[in-house]
Amino acid sequence: MTSLLNRLFGRTKRGSGATAKNRLHFVLQHDRINLPPERAEEMKKEILAVIVKYLAVDQERVEIALEQRDRMHSKLVAELPIVNETYKSENLKPEPVATVATDAGSNGAGKVNEGEPEDASAEDAEEDDKEPVADKSDEDSSKDDDKR
Amino acid sequence: MAGKVVTISSGKGGVGKTTATANLGISLASLGKKVVVIDADIGLRNLDVIMGLENRIVYDLVDIVEGRSKLRQSMIKHKKFEDLFLIPAAQTRDKMAVSPEDMVKLTDELREDYDYVLIDSPAGIERGFRNALEPADEVLIVTNPEVSAVRDADRITGLIEAADKGPGRLIINRLKPDLVKKGEMLSSDDVYDILGLKIIGIIPEDELVLSASNSGIPVTLNMDSKAGMAFNNVARRLTGEDVPFMNLDDNPGLFQRLVRFLDGR
Ligand SMILES: Nc1ncnc2c1ncn2[C@@H]1O[C@H](COP(=O)(O)OP(=O)(O)O)[C@@H](O)[C@H]1O
Ligand SMILES: [Mg+2]
Repeated sequence: MTSLLNRLFGRTKRGSGATAKNRLHFVLQHDRINLPPERAEEMKKEILAVIVKYLAVDQERVEIALEQRDRMHSKLVAELPIVNETYKSENLKPEPVATVATDAGSNGAGKVNEGEPEDASAEDAEEDDKEPVADKSDEDSSKDDDKR
Repeated sequence: MAGKVVTISSGKGGVGKTTATANLGISLASLGKKVVVIDADIGLRNLDVIMGLENRIVYDLVDIVEGRSKLRQSMIKHKKFEDLFLIPAAQTRDKMAVSPEDMVKLTDELREDYDYVLIDSPAGIERGFRNALEPADEVLIVTNPEVSAVRDADRITGLIEAADKGPGRLIINRLKPDLVKKGEMLSSDDVYDILGLKIIGIIPEDELVLSASNSGIPVTLNMDSKAGMAFNNVARRLTGEDVPFMNLDDNPGLFQRLVRFLDGR
């Protein structure tokens, strides 16, 4: 009740008390799993170093963070957006026609066709890809419709 | 009769464990309970002076544990309350002189004749804390609304739970309502959000606590003291009574009064 009223009247705390609370959240997140912040940073770097050996990750948008429900329940949550270069022309060598550019927006949930694919699989990829791309644009336009 | 062993802990030093132990002892005794308070802070004896009993000490905790004195003859009776006793810490010995098993044995004996055995735990997470924790039926965690004290309270809470002694209940001591109102101090709600522990008491900062410790008469005996009243409420909650939290705000504005009215306070 009190907090609801406080919110209604815009009485959210902004002083050093709020700062204290935020700092405590940060400190306890690390205390509770016995992993100090500097070790956590090290770990993040190592995780990333392993992943980039296999995937092109958009390093700007990488997020590896601790989440904590309470003292006994913590988890490490990582979001590592993949720059999907599967369909880039240079990766589909013998078929320069297959430039279905899907650089931005493809969130890489699909296959990881790294290296030089054989001709056949490159064609497969091309075929597989066409439909979803069409679907996607349909979706997008319908979303736009909603907005209007 | 099966008395209850209640340990008063904190992690950080200087947050008010000894003050709380002395006041809870007095309050429980004034409620008609039979009480023993034990100073488990070996080497840093303090509870005796806070309770005004420093000149009556003959034997101490280590004497009892090492068999140099009988338990009953070592307990110091309070001047005002027939059924309130102190077992002082040894001042010249090391905390290793007492083991957790010693404390269990001692409190098991006391449990038979007393309603409450309160143990004033030393700061830290080492042997002295283990000694105080091992015999506990219930643990109270004292903290201040301040970053380092809350952090240490969290640490100690984890240890208490790992030892199957949890969940502890929280005493937030030295709260300054005017600062909380200005947003310049963690509120009791903030501390609750962070620690996730039930709050058994909110004790305001009160100058009378200092005069009380100067004179060796715990503040809960002073009817004018808000801190004293708040400690008294903690004692009543400890006995299972449902006591509403005190209003700590001296001059509530219109908004606060509206909130309180709607909150039924
Ligand atoms: N509610 C309060 N208001 C004002 N001073 C307090 C209050 N509680 C404790 N103090 C003071 O804080 C200091 C530390 O208290 P103490 O009980 O000795 O802490 P601890 O046993 O945890 O080390 C003492 O000087 C005491 O007088
Ligand atoms: Mg003390």
